[in-house]
Order: sequence, then C-alpha cells, then structure tokens
Amino acid sequence: MGKVTGFMEFDRLSEANLPVVERVKNYKEFVLHLTDDQAKVQGARCMDCGIPFCTTGCPINNIIPDWNDLVYHQNWRSAIDVLHSTNNFPEFTGRICPAPCEAACTLNINDDAVGIKSIEHAIIDKAWENGWVQPQINPNKTGKKIAIVGSGPAGLAAAQQLARAGHSVVVFEKNSRIGGLLRYGIPDFKFEKSHIDRRMAQMQAEGVEFKVNQHVGENVSADDLVKSYDAVILAGGAELPRDLPVPGRELDGVYFAMDFLTPQNRVVAGDLIPNQIRATGKHVVVIGGGDTGSDCVGTSNRHGAASITQFELMPQPPEKENKALVWPNWPLKMRTSSSHEEGANRDWSITTKELIGENGKVVALKGARVEWKDGKMTEIAGSEFTIKADLVFLAMGFVSPIQKLLNAFGVEKDNRGNAKAETEGATSYQTSKAKIFAAGDVRRGQSLVVWAIREGRQAARAVDEFLMGSSVLPR
Amino acid sequence: MATDLSNTIGFENSNVGSDVYSGQPVEQGLYSPSNERDACGVGFVAHIKGVKSHKIVQQGLELLTNLTHRGATGYDPKLGDGAGLLMQMPDAFMRKEAAKLNINLPVAGQYAVGNVFLPKEINNRAACEAIFSKIIAEENQTFLGWRNVPVDNSNIAQAARDVEPIMRQVFIASTGTDQNVFERKLFVIRKRIEHAVRALNLQDKAAFYMPSLSSRTIVYKGMLLANEVGVYYTDLNDESIVSALALVHQRFSTNTFPAWDLAHPFRMIAHNGEINTVQGNVNWMAARHEAMRSTLLGADLEKLWPLIADGQSDSACFDNCLELLVAGGYSLPHAMMMLIPEAWGNNPLMDEDRRAFYEYHAALMEPWDGPAAVAFTDGRMIGATLDRNGLRPARYLVTEDDIVMMASEMGVLTFPQEKIVKKWRLQPGKMLLIDMEQGRIIDDAEVKNALATAKPYKQWIEKSRYFLSDMPKVDGQLEMAADLLDLQQAFGYTQEDIKFVLQPMVQNGEEGSGSMGNDAALPVLSAKPKVLYNYFKQLFAQVTNPPIDPIREELVMSLVTFIGPKPNLLGLDESTPPMRLEASQPVLMLDELDQLKAIATLTQNQYKSLVLDMTYPANQGKAGMAAAVASITKAASDAVQNGFNILILSDRNVSESRVAIPALLACSATHEHLVKAGLRTSTGLVVDTGSAREVHHFALLAGYGAEAVCPWLTFETIKGMAADNYTANKNFVKAISKGLYKVMSKMGISTYQSYCGAQIFEAIGLNSEFVEKYFTGTASQIEGIGLQHVAEESVRLHAAAFGADPVLVNQLDAGGEYAFRVRGEEHTWTPDSIAKLQNATRTGKYETYKEYAKLINDQSRRHMTLRGLFEIKPAGVAIPLDQVEPAKEIVKRFATGAMSLGSISTEAHATLAIAMNRIGGKSNTGEGGEDAKRFIPVANATSMAAVLGSKLIEKDIALQAGDSMRSSIKQVASGRFGVTAEYLANADQIQIKMAQGAKPGEGGQLPGHKVSEYIAKLRFSVPGVGLISPPPHHDIYSIEDLAQLIHDLKNANPKASISVKLVSETGVGTVAAGVAKAKSDHIVIAGHDGGTGASPISSIKHAGTPWELGLSETQQTLVLNQLRGRVIVQVDGQMKTGRDVVIGALLGADEFGFATAPLVVEGCIMMRKCHLNTCPVGVATQDPELRKRFTGQPEHVVNYFFFVAEEVRELMASMGIAKFDDLIGRPELLDMQAGIEHWKINGLDFSKVFHQPDMPASVSRKNNDVQDHGLVNALDNKLVELAKPALEKGEKVVLDIPITNTNRTVGTMLSNQIATRYGNAGLPNDTIHVNFTGTSGQSFAAFLAKGITFDLTGEGNDYVGKGMCGGRIVIKPPKTFRGIAHENIIVGNTVMFGATTGESYFSGVAGERFCVRNSGATAVVEGVGNHGCEYMTGGTVVVLGVTGLNFAAGMSGGVAYVYDEDGMFAKRCNMGMVALEKVEAAEADVGKVLHLNQPDEVTLKTLIENHANYTSSVRAKSLLENWTVSRAKFVKVMPNEYKRALTELAAAASKEVA
Repeated sequence: MGKVTGFMEFDRLSEANLPVVERVKNYKEFVLHLTDDQAKVQGARCMDCGIPFCTTGCPINNIIPDWNDLVYHQNWRSAIDVLHSTNNFPEFTGRICPAPCEAACTLNINDDAVGIKSIEHAIIDKAWENGWVQPQINPNKTGKKIAIVGSGPAGLAAAQQLARAGHSVVVFEKNSRIGGLLRYGIPDFKFEKSHIDRRMAQMQAEGVEFKVNQHVGENVSADDLVKSYDAVILAGGAELPRDLPVPGRELDGVYFAMDFLTPQNRVVAGDLIPNQIRATGKHVVVIGGGDTGSDCVGTSNRHGAASITQFELMPQPPEKENKALVWPNWPLKMRTSSSHEEGANRDWSITTKELIGENGKVVALKGARVEWKDGKMTEIAGSEFTIKADLVFLAMGFVSPIQKLLNAFGVEKDNRGNAKAETEGATSYQTSKAKIFAAGDVRRGQSLVVWAIREGRQAARAVDEFLMGSSVLPR
Repeated sequence: MATDLSNTIGFENSNVGSDVYSGQPVEQGLYSPSNERDACGVGFVAHIKGVKSHKIVQQGLELLTNLTHRGATGYDPKLGDGAGLLMQMPDAFMRKEAAKLNINLPVAGQYAVGNVFLPKEINNRAACEAIFSKIIAEENQTFLGWRNVPVDNSNIAQAARDVEPIMRQVFIASTGTDQNVFERKLFVIRKRIEHAVRALNLQDKAAFYMPSLSSRTIVYKGMLLANEVGVYYTDLNDESIVSALALVHQRFSTNTFPAWDLAHPFRMIAHNGEINTVQGNVNWMAARHEAMRSTLLGADLEKLWPLIADGQSDSACFDNCLELLVAGGYSLPHAMMMLIPEAWGNNPLMDEDRRAFYEYHAALMEPWDGPAAVAFTDGRMIGATLDRNGLRPARYLVTEDDIVMMASEMGVLTFPQEKIVKKWRLQPGKMLLIDMEQGRIIDDAEVKNALATAKPYKQWIEKSRYFLSDMPKVDGQLEMAADLLDLQQAFGYTQEDIKFVLQPMVQNGEEGSGSMGNDAALPVLSAKPKVLYNYFKQLFAQVTNPPIDPIREELVMSLVTFIGPKPNLLGLDESTPPMRLEASQPVLMLDELDQLKAIATLTQNQYKSLVLDMTYPANQGKAGMAAAVASITKAASDAVQNGFNILILSDRNVSESRVAIPALLACSATHEHLVKAGLRTSTGLVVDTGSAREVHHFALLAGYGAEAVCPWLTFETIKGMAADNYTANKNFVKAISKGLYKVMSKMGISTYQSYCGAQIFEAIGLNSEFVEKYFTGTASQIEGIGLQHVAEESVRLHAAAFGADPVLVNQLDAGGEYAFRVRGEEHTWTPDSIAKLQNATRTGKYETYKEYAKLINDQSRRHMTLRGLFEIKPAGVAIPLDQVEPAKEIVKRFATGAMSLGSISTEAHATLAIAMNRIGGKSNTGEGGEDAKRFIPVANATSMAAVLGSKLIEKDIALQAGDSMRSSIKQVASGRFGVTAEYLANADQIQIKMAQGAKPGEGGQLPGHKVSEYIAKLRFSVPGVGLISPPPHHDIYSIEDLAQLIHDLKNANPKASISVKLVSETGVGTVAAGVAKAKSDHIVIAGHDGGTGASPISSIKHAGTPWELGLSETQQTLVLNQLRGRVIVQVDGQMKTGRDVVIGALLGADEFGFATAPLVVEGCIMMRKCHLNTCPVGVATQDPELRKRFTGQPEHVVNYFFFVAEEVRELMASMGIAKFDDLIGRPELLDMQAGIEHWKINGLDFSKVFHQPDMPASVSRKNNDVQDHGLVNALDNKLVELAKPALEKGEKVVLDIPITNTNRTVGTMLSNQIATRYGNAGLPNDTIHVNFTGTSGQSFAAFLAKGITFDLTGEGNDYVGKGMCGGRIVIKPPKTFRGIAHENIIVGNTVMFGATTGESYFSGVAGERFCVRNSGATAVVEGVGNHGCEYMTGGTVVVLGVTGLNFAAGMSGGVAYVYDEDGMFAKRCNMGMVALEKVEAAEADVGKVLHLNQPDEVTLKTLIENHANYTSSVRAKSLLENWTVSRAKFVKVMPNEYKRALTELAAAASKEVA
C-alpha cells in the first residue's frame, strides 16, 4: 500500500493542460503527464482496499492498487510490468479512457478519487521513454493462422495476445492505416497517432502481419479468409452512425460527425483531402452531447468556427451524483470536457424539429425544448426556437456494425444487429459460424476503447483455447 | 437395595444409538466420545503421622459433599458426573469381610484387594472372573477369592442404574515378601487382565473396569453424586474402615452420559484440570515402546503394552504413565516432577541444581501440559502438585493435631481456628508432599532439592549436551536447482505471501495483522491448487482449559527442542547419560542445517544424520506420489535400524524435473511410521523444506513430528526485505517463534517439546482414508480429497511454475486469500455484492436485495462455503406466502455481532443498537462497556448528539421517540473493561465471550492512540494508555469455573439470560453440552470466518471451522445429552442472507447473529484496514475526520433485516413450513446439491453434518425450556430482604451473618438492587455493613456496589471482589487463629479481577493473579502469588509482603506499592512495561506528576493506616510504628505508559489553564 494515511493527507491533483489559447492553435496533445514526484504523491492516496472496486470497475481489471503502490515507491519498471499484465495498450487508455475505475474508487464515495488514469499515463509514458516497452517474441510457433478483421483496439489487442501465444496473426484493415476509430475517430489533440505506430512496430516485431486497404467483404472475400485461416476474429467495430430523420436532413452542411473528424485526422497525418469540411468562420451546431460531439467542438474551435453550439436531447445531468445510490457504478453527472473548456454553448433537453436550408444549404436549425417525465419526453408548447447553423454535425452515437461485413460471413446477429456471441463459457466469443469469433463493438455495440481491449484479450484466449485445447493467456 | 447377584440382569434396550452397556453413545454424526472433557473438585484429608482412623474416611466423604457445587448434573438432577474416594487398605475391615467368605488373609501388605466393575451378564462376568484366577496364577501370585461389594443403589439416577456394573472385590495373596515387588506385580497383573478382557471382546465389555488393585490403597468410586458415595458404598460406613488418608474427587464432565469408570480417583491420582497435549503424550509413549528397557520390570515390561488403552480420559492416561514410572523405579514425587515440571527455563530464582534436574529430565519425558491440580498417593505418601502456571486452585491447611486437608477450596471441612497452624495454597509448579512413614510434611524446596541433588545432573548435562548454536560453523551454500521465482511458484507462493506474510515478519519481527474475517473459499472448494497446510485448522482451548498469554506469561513458555534420539525413559539407573542436542527454538538457519548434515564429524559420531529426499521425478505426475511417500518412510525406518539417529527430510532437489511431496505429508507419514514401528524415539526428525513460510506451516510440521524445520526457500526469498540478511533472517525467526508461542498457547500448551507430535489440528476437506493413513487420529468431519488430489495440487503448482503461463513469467500468482484480487481466490464479498446490498438497503428495494442474495447464495459456479453446496428440500407442499409467520416475528431472532466501541465508531455502534431495538432484535456492546446515557430510551424525537453530547458525535443521527441506543446484549470478555453492576443490570442478555471466530484462543490489544478520552472513560482507564485483553478469562480455567461465572452473572442480573459464545471446532458440541450443564441459557456458535477489528492473519485463516460443522455438532451433542431444550442456540459467522438463516435453523439454531453484513449496510466496503484506524467510511475508526464520513442510518439496517426475514419467508413458503420453530433442528431437509462438477468437491460427504441422533421424539430439538439457576438458595435473598431500609430509603443497615463455602456469589444480587436503583453512583459508603464470619464461597462480594461493606472474619476463596464497583471488602483472620497473618493465606486466586472502583483490605496472603485487570480499585494485602497486578490499568495496590513471580506483567496503569523486605522484588517483577521507583518522602514529591494527585507517601501511609484500622493487621501496625524505615523498603511499581500519559495529561491541563 502506498501510504496508510496518504488519502487523508494529499489532495487529488489532475494532470495539467496547456492553456486554451495555445492548444487550439494546433492538433497536438495538450495534457501534461504527472511528474515523478506528483505521481508518487498521487500513488500515496491509494488505500489498497481489501476489495479494490477500481479493479472490477475497470473493464480490463487493471491491478490498480499494485501499480499505485509501485509508483509510490518509484518502482516504475515493475509498475509497467503489472500494468502490461492486464492492458496491452496503457498509452491508449491512459489518454482517452473515461476511467470508470475512478468512479469505482473507494475514495470516490466521499472524497476525490485517486487519479488512476493520470498514474497509468505516467507509467506508460515513462516506460516508452526508458525503452521498457519491447517486443515479446514467442519463439515457439504453433503453426496456427488467425485472421483478424479490423485494426481497432479490439483487433489489436487480440492480435498481440495471439502472436504472443505463438500463432501467426494477420490483421486486415480496410483503411490505409491501422487503428480504426483510434486512428480516424479520435482527434489528434486528444490522442496523437504516433502511439499507434509505435505499438504497430512492436507488434510487427512480435510477428503480427498488418494488411491495409483490405476491405473484407469488399475487396477481400470472407470465404477465402475462412478457408485460409484456422480462425477468424471479427473486430470491425460498430460504425453505422445514428441518423436524424427530420426535415432538412438532406441539406448540404449536415454531416455525420465522422465525416468531419476523420478527414481532419488524415490531414494531420499528412494526407491531402480536397474537399475537407472546414468550420472556419462558420456557425456550427453539434447535435449529441457525448464524446464524439465534444470532439466536433474541439475540432471546430481549431478550425476557427464563428460559433459553436451543442444540443443534447436528454436533460442536463446533475452537477454531482447521489453517490450513496450510484457508487461504484458509472455516474450520470454533468461533465465538461477539455473541448468544452475551449468554448461552446451547450444546451440540454433540446429536440431538433427541422433543419432550414437556403439553396440546398443549411442555414438554421429549428429546435424546441422538451420535458422528461418518467423516461418519457414531451415537447414544451411554445418553446420553439431557431438558431443559425452553417454546419450541423450529427454526433448521436452508432447504431450497429456495418451489416455487410457480418452478412459476408453469414454470422447470426442479435436484435441490435451485432454479431451474436457469448462472453463466458466454453464457446465464448464464438459466433454462430465455426471458427469465426467476434470481439469489440462488432459484438457488444458501441463502447469504450477499454472494453474493446478487454474483448480483444478475452477473444484471444478463447481462440487460443479453441485451437490448442487450453490456454495460458490471461483473460 | 443391595444388588442381588443371583439375578441375572438381561440387557435392556435403553438409549438408541449408544453403547447400552456403558451409557456412552457411540461415535455418530459429528459427535465423538473422544472429545469428552472434564474438570472437577479435588481434595484430601490425611494424618501426617499416618495414624489411621474412620474419622478421616468420614471427613473425606464430608469434604466431597461440600464440593458438590463443583460438579454438575445432567437432564436428571440425580445424575451426577461421578465421584469417588481413595484410601489406604483397611486391613481390619478386609480381614473381617474375608473371614466371612472363609478367606484367610495374610498379614497386611502381603495381600491385595482389587475393586472390580464386572458385567451384569452372568456368563460374561464368569469369563472375566476366570481371567483373574488364570493370570494371577501365571504371575505366580495366589488368587484368594471374590467378595460381593454391597451397594445401595436406591437413590441413584435411572440412567446410572441402567449401566451399573456388578461390584466385586478380588483378593490376592503375595508369594513374596517385598511389598514393592508385589505392587509391581499387581500392576502387571492388572494390565494383563485388562488386555485379556479386552481381547474377549464381550458385548458388554465396557462394563468391565478395575478401579484399583493394590496392597496399599483401594478406590471406591462410581457414577454418583458427591454426597452419594458414602450412601452407595455401605462399606464406607463401617467403623472398621480406617485410613490415614482419604483422597476424594467430584467430577464435572461435559456430557450427561453415565460412565462409571470415568470417575476419579484413579489408582494413584485424582486430577482437576485437563491435559492438552494428551494425544501427543500418548503417541510418544507408544513411540518409546521399542526403545524402553527396565531393570526392575525386566521381561514384565513387555506385558504392559499397550500401556495406554484407547478411548480413555486424559487423567486415566496420565495415571497409566505415572504407574509405569513408579513401577519402573521412580519415586512418586520424582515421577510427578517429570510429568508436570515447573517452569524452569525462565525462572530467575531457580537454583542451578534444580534447573539441571528439570533440564535433564526434559529429554526423557515431554511435559503432560495443561491446567492441573493433581493429588497423588501410593498409600505411603500423599501429595499434590500444580501445573506450571497455577491454573487450578488448591488450598490446604495443617492442624496442630497433624491433620492436613487439601481441597480445591476452603471451607469444605471445618476445623476449629485455634487448632490450625498453617493455611496455605499450592503454588504454580509446586508440590506438597506428606510422607506418612516419616511422619512429616516435606515442603516443595526440600523434596525437590533432595531429588535434584541425588544425582550429578548438572555435570551430566554439561557433559552430554550439545547446543547447536555452540557448534563450529560449517561452510555451506544454498544451491537451488532452479530459479527463485520458479521454486517459489512450485511451492505455491503468492504475491500475498510476500506482502502480507513475509514482509511484516521480516520488517517488524512479528506476524502481520488483518481485519474483517475470512470470506474466501475454503481450500477444498477452491478451483485453485492449494498447499496441503491450508487444509488443516488449528485447534484451540475454549472453556475446558485456558489458553495462555504467551507474551505476558512468557515465563512458562519454552521453544527448546531436542533433536535426536530420546533416552530410555526407564533407564534411571544407567550411569552414562545419553547425548542430547539442543536448540533454543525449532527454526534452523541454513548453516545450522549444514551443521546437522555434518553432525557426525562435529560430534565424533555420537550422532549420524541422513538426508532423505522428499522429491520425485516430475514425469511420474500425481500417480507417483504414493510410492514416493512409501519409499521415504521405508528409507526412514531402514536408516534408523542402520544407526542413523537424525533424519533430515529435504526438498531442495525440486527442479523442473523433480516435484516435491508436500513436506507436511512426508513429515507426518515418516513420523507416524516410526511411531508405529516403535522407532521414533531412536531418531531425530528434521524437515528442510522450501514450503514453510508462515507460522501455521511451522506449527503443523511440529504438530506432526518435526523437531526442527529449516525453511530454506524463505531465507532466499526474504533476502533484501530488510536492511541486511542478518536482520531479515533474525526477524523472520523471531516472528515465527512468537507465532509458535501463540499457536501453542491458544491450546494452553506451553512447551514446544510437548507440542511436537501433539497433533493439535483438525482437517477440513481431506478424506478419512488419507487422514487415517498419514495423519492418524486427526479429526476430519466432511471427507474430501485424498492423496491423488493432494498430489495433483502439487503437480499443478509445479507445472504452472515451470510452464509458459505469461502471468507467471515474471511475477507470482496474485493469491487473493487476504484481499479480493481479480485473478485471485473467490470471495463472497465482491464489489458487486457490496454495491447491491448497499443500494438495496438505502433505497429500500427488495428486488435489489434479491440480486444481492443471489450473488451470495448461488454457488453453482463459484464455490466458497459449505452451505453453498447444500440443497434445501421441501418439507411438504408449498404454501402461500401470507400463511408464513410474519417478518416482524422472524427479525426478533436476529442479533448483531459483538463489535466494541473502540473497534467501531460511536456512530456505527449506536446506529446498530437503534436499529436492533426498533425491530426487537438484539445488538451487542462488544467488549468495552457502554455509556450509561444509552440505557434510557428517548422520549421525544431527538438526535444522537443531543443525547450523548455533541462533542462525542461527529456525524449526527436522528432518533425517533421510543428509540433506544442501549445494547441489549452486554458482553463480558476476558478484559472485563467497563463491566460493572450497572452495566450488567442494563442487559437483556449477558454474553461471556469464550472465543472469537477471527482469533479463537487469543487476546487482543487496543493501542494507546485509540484510547480516546471517551473510550477511556467507558473502560475505566487512562486516555492514551494501551489496553490488553488477555487470552483467557482469568476466572475461567475450566468448565466448573465457567459454571461459577455464569452463576455470578445470573446473580448480577437475574432477569438477563446468560450466553456463552464459542467458536466452531471439532469437539465444540461437547463443550456446548458442558456449557449447558453449567447452566448457560444461551450458546453462540461462531464460525471461524467471523470479522475482526485486528487479528494476526494466520489466525484469521487457520483457526476454527465453518459454523455449519460446529452448529451441527452442537445440535447433535445437545440432543444426545437431552440438553437441547433448555438452551437457546445462536449461530453466527459470515451470515448474509435468508438462505443462510434457513440453513442455520435446519442445522439447529434458534437465533442468528450478523456482523459484517450490517456493517456493510452501514457503509463498510471491506477495506480491511480496521486495524490501521483509517477506515475511509467512518465505520471502523476513531479518527474524528473519518467519522464525519459515516453515512449509515438505522433505517438501512432495519431494511436489511426485514429483507433477510422476507427471503426466509419465501423459502419457508416454498418448503411448506409456516412457523419458524418448525425449521429448527431439521437436518433431514438438507442434502448435498447434485450436479456440482469440481475436481476437489466431489469427495465431500456431509452425511455426518446432516445426521440426526436417533432419540425419542420427546427429546427436544429446539429451545423450549429454561435452566434452573438455583438462585432461590442464594444468601443474597436474605441480604436483600434485610437491607431493604437501605435500598429503599438509604438508611444505614448493619447485619451479622455466618457464611460457608457453599454460599457462593454473595453480595451480587444485593449490588444489582443498588445498581438498578442508583446506577454506578450507588449509595453512600458503608450504608449496608455486613459482618460475616466463616469461610466464604467463591466469588464473595463479586460486583460489589458502592455503599456496601463486607467485613468477613475468616477467609475467602477464589474470585473475592471480582468486578467490584465501589464496595468495600475487609477480610481478616479470626482472633483465635494463631498463625501469622502475612504468612498465611486469606483469599484465593484471581481476587479483585476486573474491579473498577472500591477498596479492599486483606489481612493475609492472596493467591495467584491478585488484582488482575484492576482498573481503578484500591487493595491492600499482605502477600500475593504469581502474576499479581497483571494487565492492571488503574487503581492502587499495596502489598505488605512477598509477591510471586511475574508481578505487573502487562500492567499499563495504576500503581502498586510493594514492601520489598528481602530486596528481591525486582527479580519477581516483570519489567516489560513498568519501572521500579522509590517511595519518596511527601516533601520530595512536590511539583511532580502524581498518581491520585497526591504524594505517594500520603497514599501509601493512609492505606496502611486504613488496613490497620479495618483488619487490626499486625503487619500494618508494625510497619507504621517504624514508618521511615518501612517507607524506604517500599518499591513503587510504575507503568511506563501510565507515567507518560500522566505527564501528557498534566501538560495538557496546564496548557488549558494558561
């Protein structure tokens, strides 16, 4: 345990951000990880609970108390070993995970949670700096071949685990770079893409083969994969965005969030995008109050939008949750992201009634206020309003995987259109089709990166067991 | 009615399921006759000069009658536990009776008379009798004939009569002249007859027994009440029955089964106490078989085997061994000194010769260890000795006409005071010996000095002793056959072994602490491979014998171990003493093991050692282990026969290709193999293993035969954990040593030597085939895995260690035993179950509760508890829910656990009380008193802070009208903190905590920083001064002591029920039966897994068993004993859901205790940091800042209990049971769940748990009756009546009352009257003044309240002034007594125990443990025994004479002034926590920080003046006469902590003033 009375002595210290004026000038990460001394103090706040709720709050069951203690004792080398034992990519989660572990932290009951994510961030950054992240090459090859469709966090985690178990792994990615939504969905200012490249190099050294521009179901035959490989893992994500069926939806200037975010990431990566959607000087309205909406806000600010407004259909959450009833679960509460800090008008309980256009181009949005009662929404009479809008981004989440992929393999789907597979038992992660597995958003629907990593790891073990009869891969 | 022998009595079909011929039930279900315990009253009368008279026999019988209250009766008040009398052979009487039968007896001494119990069935009896004549002839003696012993059985209980044997006497004439030779022959004859009768295997063999066969003594005994011995045996009334001695005994057994043969005295002894090591002693005796030779017995020696028959009581085994030693040539006192040596290792005052004597004999015989007052005689001398710690009372007096009377208490026989010349007591380890041939008393010093100097023991020892530590070092290197991590993994190391087990030991030299109990899976239910050690649970003492405090009473403890062969036990005439290799403790360093390997060179071939490899080829897998074990045991016996005499079992060869046999298995298998072969004492056995790392492991290896253990891998593991290797190793060894002390002492065993091989363990989850083969005699109640699975676990661990598991590549397995870990062991409390329970109770949503309950109850995939594997079967068709008893009735059966204020916050503590009072359940104070402000129900809505004071409450809680914060259960624990008459008067139930699930057999400690002003006030102690709860209750060393305490507490509050809390272990059922006989109204059976504020982690894990076993055994045993109806049985231990409750009820519980779950409801999140005071939710902390975080509400707790009750109702409805009463004691409605597939679980068998004794339906299975406490006979009824004017009007009352020893617990009901009316403030001093004359019984003036003065002229027994709270006691000898007061005893043991206020003056010497746990009372006495002022936390004690050893051990408060006449006091004082100062003249104390705010001289002189005034003490007067000189000889005993606290308080006070 860090320090017995650390939690009583030290306050939580959040990671510092670069000032808004500076950071909106570019697409670089602006979160400064903790110094060694700061991390030590934050580690001292961990109480090493008899039941570490954080560990189960974390989808990949990071052994948080142990590395908190190691950081407190400045034993960084061991800390990364423990961290890596549950998490293939701490540099991903240490940056973009909403940290359900911290919600579950015992200190969060009546105090500020331990800054688990910031400690994780510090550990992995130090590990990279010191060259402690090295390929773990398994010299004993099994001779089994596995195809993984999709190179998002689920696919990557599965690939790394399986390669380390001695299998030959090929990752098929439809885009020109690997990473999935990590690469193309999350803006660079939150997550620079070099992190992916570094991991890719490590994985290649471990024997993972990456094939880009390989769109399974389009330019790569599903049947061929099934024939050529001993197992296939579908890890293609849940990319079908939720649409907004209101009058004016067809207008120019109304886009899905990804239509806006992905090109920007490509540009940062050095691609030339001829007709990139730019928010510069525009009145931007973002519909949807989640993380993607936030990313639209942040990107619009960097473009230099004239105004940014973000609407959310649900009511404004409370500033503080009722911890007695919510803890250790993820609380619904008012959250202000770093993008919001950079400037945006936010409003809640707003429904979009119509998108008003001129010459086929959107110019305004007509909305109304709604009232929620017992989970039912009613529009408040007379609350209609109109707001200027040159660009409207739909950021209301994702409905399901692209059905074409699933259809190509002919796997059974659940009632939400996801690939159907259990996560427990003898046939975990197996689809209805022999030797075809599914992991990540393609199986569970849209979710967090950390859930994707979990599913990738667990699916890897399932595949290993399936192929070898038993597995020593940790779940 | 005399028995008519001509009538052949047929076999009646009495108790079903029992051996109809003995009255003892056969082993069934969880009940085993081998668990029977007993304790007793003992005494003797003897004429020093050996003058025989009938009067002495009569006096013996009278003495016996007056000891009646030390016995007990069963369901039938006529059914006692047995009593008897041993006397010298009454020659004239025998001659007269023999003559009637035409038998001509030779001269006295040349014939023997044996008392014999014979079967009723005539042919069988004839067969037995035929054996007598045959064997007597074969042994060349003359059979003379039989005499029928006339008996009058008209008044004995039916059950005793049912199994009454035929009583006959056999007459044998000697063919020689030497009476000693004849006696030796009689011993051989008796043993041979016993063996021969046993060989007949008669149907009614149990009826055969020989109480005595001697030419010198005869024993009359039976299944009789104490006062019935002389009635039943009409012989005893014959005037011609004369003897110079009468040794008598009254038994108190834990059962109600009539057993004629178990009565004492035995042939040479009568024993009050218990031999804790008996299993080991019996094994060691068997082990000596081959190696024993005797010149005196010669070829006859072999005829004695088996020396100790199976199934005997500990006392009978002891008697057998004593007989052998005496027959083998030891004198009686010599033999007694070998069997029950006094503590010689750490006694600073013992002379060298005596120490050498004991040290020499230690190698010959391990102590028969346990509380014991043993009276012994061979007919020529009579004596008594006491165990090393003085755990039984034994007082004696000597009269001027040469009578010595010794008894467990005084007053049993009255003698005119003017005739008494000496009143004294047996002191710990001391012996009283009367040699009637020499005609004098030989005192302890003389008898022992004579023996100690009879042979040059000191010289012998110096010549023959090797100390391992003195031998030249051998250059050895640890060579490991694999990587450290792989080896650790192969031996099952986890990260927790490093973090929780090794680090604290290496860093602090002691075992780490944990809290909140154990909710992890039992090893046999775990899906993970477990080390074999984990399947064993440590046994511990409860009720029938006391645990020892190994820290404060270290002087009786010893870890000295002898490695190597043991000398010939009977070789007392062998002049060259055999060599002995000695180590101060059993943990060997690496270089010490190397020394053992090279021992032949180091000792010029005196010793030869051989290493036996405990590993075998890994490729043989689990199938290879059986052969590997067999070959190692074979190799061991071969080696011994080839002259090797130190065997080293080693697993250093473990590598990728070699797997180790579990060291415990190899050790035990080898030990037992050698014992059975009679070779064990010819060799030493040492274990060199990588597996041993925690205290439990070392204890197990010792318990199964290892004389020393070298934990080679641990030494490698702890490198670097401390500043240097030396410190690391030293601290580790220190921690293990301390831990072994603790493990031994929790069973009341004080020496490693007698612990070694004593098997003080039981197994859970091992099958009987395996246990019988390798751990013979160890209890294992539910079967489980066998060798194949044990092997599989080793092989799995080995494979994982050397396999490819990436998680294990660079780290150990997570473990998860001590704290929840995701890859670790399963726990019932998980993040999910806690979150759901808290959510459910806060929102009031039953549906959420059901989700919680499902997580706990459904163990189809995660197996954690035994009950999780049970299936509940319906009793009939399901009924609608509304027909089931309402929840508000069911919740009345619920109680919360005993959690003290101190372990949990005031808010958390009071919230539980409010909730339980709202639902009509019961909350429990825990140890530590209770604020009197909580006793009054609140009239109008208010708040906790408003009632208790806002300073005391950090987080206020609203109270409704009618709420009460009073805990209806008041706990009385070993520390007696805050136990006053007022506290007891405000109870509905008073609970005596015998043991606690998390650390049975251990005490506790509340560190000074946790003793806040408030807690100090409630506990009558000083803020900031640490408090110790002793392991034992110092007024309960045996079952009859418990009966006395129950009686005391019943007197203290006649309206309250008395409860006794026990912890589940094998044999707890038998203890519970004893407790029921001791008249407890209520018995709690706690599981091993219960919560705790702080406990050593090995105790949390490795002591006690699940409540399912203990409860079931209790139910079965109580039903068999027909005692179940009169007690309420409560069960607790990780009780969480309605299903738990239903299973508890079906197994026999009326009520249910919950502790952890309600704490979770209050906000506990199983932080397991209670012991660190950092509970972040304000539950288990005293930190004001953290207490502000408390969020618990009584409503939440109320919700919880109603939810549980609702779940119970649903289950009842589905079972078709409407009334809760109809659930209780219905194990037939339980079964093992079918279809659980698990590699380890499949071998479990719960049939013993589900066993229902086959008793008639009229025998109750649940509580439906009450105990008769006999309060109507109490003297207090009279006192209360006479004191009415004082009680009602405060008028002064003076009374004159005679008193005797049968007036027990006097003044306590009277004090209850005062406490009820006036609280702790009581009445003005001396309002009620009672002048008593005579000898008071036990617990005189217990809980004496303020306003009462008891002035006794005469003497007191044990427990005078126990729990006194404000009264005054004066005890002085009668004027007619001629003895010098300060040289004679006036009160017994444990006087003023737990007193809180008041004063006492004793003009004479007190026994052992004077003022133990005194927290504020004042006492003046003229001398005390050992352990005076132990654990004292407050008050003032003045000793005007000599003290015993270990004075002031654990004393943290108060002051003692001791008159140190001989200047030796410093040696008798335990200086661990105190300093000795001078008593300065008053002037010199000006400006100092002072006890009682006055100079010591003033305090001391005033008290001595009071003493002189009240008692007319000669000693006090003489001291005062020459005051300045006297003062200079006084030593002030000042506790260091108290001094510090006084200084701090003074500094704080002056700061406040400034």
